[in-house]
Amino acid sequence: MARFSVMQKLEILSDAAKYDASCASSNTTKRNSVGGKGIGSTTGSGICHSYAPDGRCISLLKILLTNFCSYDCIFCINRSSSNVTRARFSVEEVVDLTLNFYKRNYIEGLFLSSGIIRSPDYTMAEMVRVAQMLRELHDFRGYIHLKLIPSASPDLVAQAGLYADRVSVNVELPSEASLKRFAPEKQSRDISAAMGSLKLRIDESKAERAVSRKAPAFSPAGQSTQLIVGADDASDAVILQRSAQLYGSFGLKRVYYSAFSPIPDASAQLPLSDPPLMREHRLYQADWLTRFYGFEIGEILDDSSGHMLDLTVDPKLAWALRHRSRFPVDVNRADRETLLRVPGLGTRSVKSILEMRRFRRLRLDDVARLARSLRVLRNFILAEDWRPGALLDSERLRLHLAPKSQQLALL
Amino acid sequence: MFGAHLAEPADFEGWRRQARVLAQREIPPGDIVWHVGDEPMALFVDQPVNHLACDPLFRLNVPREFLDLAEQVVCHRDPERFGLLYRLLLRLKREPDLLKVATDPDVHRLNTMARAVRRDLHKMTAFVRFRQVRDNAEGEVFVAWFEPEHFIVRRVSSFFVNRFSSMRWSILTPLASLHWDGTALQIAEGAAKRDSPDDDAMEDYWRTYYANIFNPARLKIKAMKAEMPEKYWRNLPEAELIAPLIAGASQRMSAMVKAAPTSPSIRHARQQSRQAELIGGTAGIPSDWVQAATAARSCARCDLCRDATQTVFGKGPLDAAVMFVGEQPGDQEDLAGEPFIGPAGQIFNKAIAQAGLERDRAYITNAVKHFKFTVRGKRRIHQSPNAGEIKACRFWLGLEREFVRPRLIVAMGATALTSLLGKATSISSLRGQITSLDDGTPMIATVHPSYLLRLPDEAEREKETARFVADLNSAKGILSALLDPE
Repeated sequence: MARFSVMQKLEILSDAAKYDASCASSNTTKRNSVGGKGIGSTTGSGICHSYAPDGRCISLLKILLTNFCSYDCIFCINRSSSNVTRARFSVEEVVDLTLNFYKRNYIEGLFLSSGIIRSPDYTMAEMVRVAQMLRELHDFRGYIHLKLIPSASPDLVAQAGLYADRVSVNVELPSEASLKRFAPEKQSRDISAAMGSLKLRIDESKAERAVSRKAPAFSPAGQSTQLIVGADDASDAVILQRSAQLYGSFGLKRVYYSAFSPIPDASAQLPLSDPPLMREHRLYQADWLTRFYGFEIGEILDDSSGHMLDLTVDPKLAWALRHRSRFPVDVNRADRETLLRVPGLGTRSVKSILEMRRFRRLRLDDVARLARSLRVLRNFILAEDWRPGALLDSERLRLHLAPKSQQLALL
Repeated sequence: MFGAHLAEPADFEGWRRQARVLAQREIPPGDIVWHVGDEPMALFVDQPVNHLACDPLFRLNVPREFLDLAEQVVCHRDPERFGLLYRLLLRLKREPDLLKVATDPDVHRLNTMARAVRRDLHKMTAFVRFRQVRDNAEGEVFVAWFEPEHFIVRRVSSFFVNRFSSMRWSILTPLASLHWDGTALQIAEGAAKRDSPDDDAMEDYWRTYYANIFNPARLKIKAMKAEMPEKYWRNLPEAELIAPLIAGASQRMSAMVKAAPTSPSIRHARQQSRQAELIGGTAGIPSDWVQAATAARSCARCDLCRDATQTVFGKGPLDAAVMFVGEQPGDQEDLAGEPFIGPAGQIFNKAIAQAGLERDRAYITNAVKHFKFTVRGKRRIHQSPNAGEIKACRFWLGLEREFVRPRLIVAMGATALTSLLGKATSISSLRGQITSLDDGTPMIATVHPSYLLRLPDEAEREKETARFVADLNSAKGILSALLDPE
């Protein structure tokens, strides 16, 4: 094997890591470096230190320990049948890069993942060594996210969770059938069993810390996972049902949706074209509706909508257009649940509306100051001096509200 | 005209002190000129507020949120900030709930200013880039140049102290500079960009990372600019890559799409054969308990495997004299992969101990091996398995019975009973008697411990728990009679 410089390894192993969508550095225990011999702190909300032209934030040094991998997951750039250049960092190299980047305020911490070499336990142990060295030798108090190898031994998982702010396992494909087809070595039962045991450990640690603050925190920022969108033929309904089950079973902080995008040296078995970015965006919106807006998946995708989310309009607007009889909603009277279902009102606008209408009746001007835009919203609300015209009942409403670029042009 | 003087642009304490004096006298906002630092006082000012005494007994109550808001707003670069805050303060004296009216023009404007300050603060914590200046006997020293939009340097300092407390660093900005020597913070005069170092050896690594973490197949320039506005780019070492990365993106993307798939290396073939050995496979009917337990892990005899976390097979010594059969794993059992460890398991443990039986010497399993539930928000609600699911899973219970060969089986709950007898049967019809199963194994029936959990009435629960313990007691009696007929 060729000997690579650290710079070359960084090039190869960050390129290999970019298909994991997670970048969060939020919601962990609050720490700072005062009184310590190292550096590092965490704030509640996390910080995005840069943004790449793909619109994604760069919060953590997201790299693989190695992109050698014995698995052959068809969608993955690092699958064993691919001929991408392979490299491997030493534990010390990852530690040095993390600290050097951190000292210059480039990053919030490290997100370390790895291809599987030798055995799941061997790989996991190397990753744990990186975290251990950062925490114990360098007293590093920044953020660490470790990707878990599903069948690694419970001891290693326990250590990983103590050093890391978050440990996570990627589900990648929404159904067992797809996993069998595209990731033959991955066992879906290993993945879910690993997430189940993480959930139990996280809950246990939370309960202990409620009694004593000195109890060690296990993965205090919780766990998350990723589903790839568009590599297999799973519908949005299947993906969202799977998410609901993942949130419900494992108390996940986030399910990330990652549009499958072309990779270097791709397998002939996969659809190579523009990544379905709008579909990914709609899935995130639907996910948000179920978690913060009181929607059930069966409402977002019902019998009349089919199994796929509407790409033209967002899922909340699509729902409202299917349920026009429920509108307009009176912003001066409606309860929180009803207001949350109004297209154009977010959780914060709803909170402001509820707070202020105890003292003053809202006019359309008021609503304009609270919401991002009135364009869609005005069609669905009543205010002190406002009621929408006949358009709400018109079949043309959808066309009227759809983004202009989506409308047909006359030749 | 009153003249209020503030020591520096974000002098919150100065504003607060003088605003109190002015508010006590109900001085109209239009009669006050606020000026900062060395700015010359306007000519028409005849009453410096600093000369006015404040009644020490004067109490001015404002909501806590107003102080938070004011502390942020004084950092804004809008020259009207002090007057606007004072006007809101006077209005709050008469309208104490005014802050809740988010659309009031004053409240809205100040909230918008506070939001701009918070954003500037946040962006400064994100976009400051340190450069190392020397590495001599004194250790590393880091210097950054940054141009904030508002007067936030003092306010943001604690973030950098907390984060880099063991480092020596300076952050230079046009209006003020921060110097941290490892123990104390000094806030000094502003500086110029030329006072800061112009390179750092790590920046090449950082740019390498930036270029490679970028995915050329998902160009979203607007999203990037919304979060990282161009005004910050001139001080970001990675920003010089943005234009070339965008320019080359579509070509890289189409090259990836057009490239013909390559054939895998020899290493891949080697790895595939190793993997095949590792996974192996046991086809056919399991011939011992270990094979059965392994095969059950990938069971798909019914649909419950789709949403359940894992198969929860029975647990206990394979020479156990007694086998307990419950309904199905619950939430905790599903997550851990072990039977009877959740709330119902706790009841079971207590009862079995009261009856004088040892859990470790019993084989404990369920009629159905996967958890059946529906998701309600963040909770999973238990659902009883249907006849088809019970029937599908009878296969595994049959194997467990075959490989453990217990002398006595205790069926807990109707599902267990239905599975063991092969037909729907109620507990009450068989409770208190010994039933002989198809292979002659004696069985007794009792309730499922979760039934006890669900009883709302405490007296009822105590009575039923006692009956449950009595059933286990009789199991113990039957067992000792079977094991020791004398």
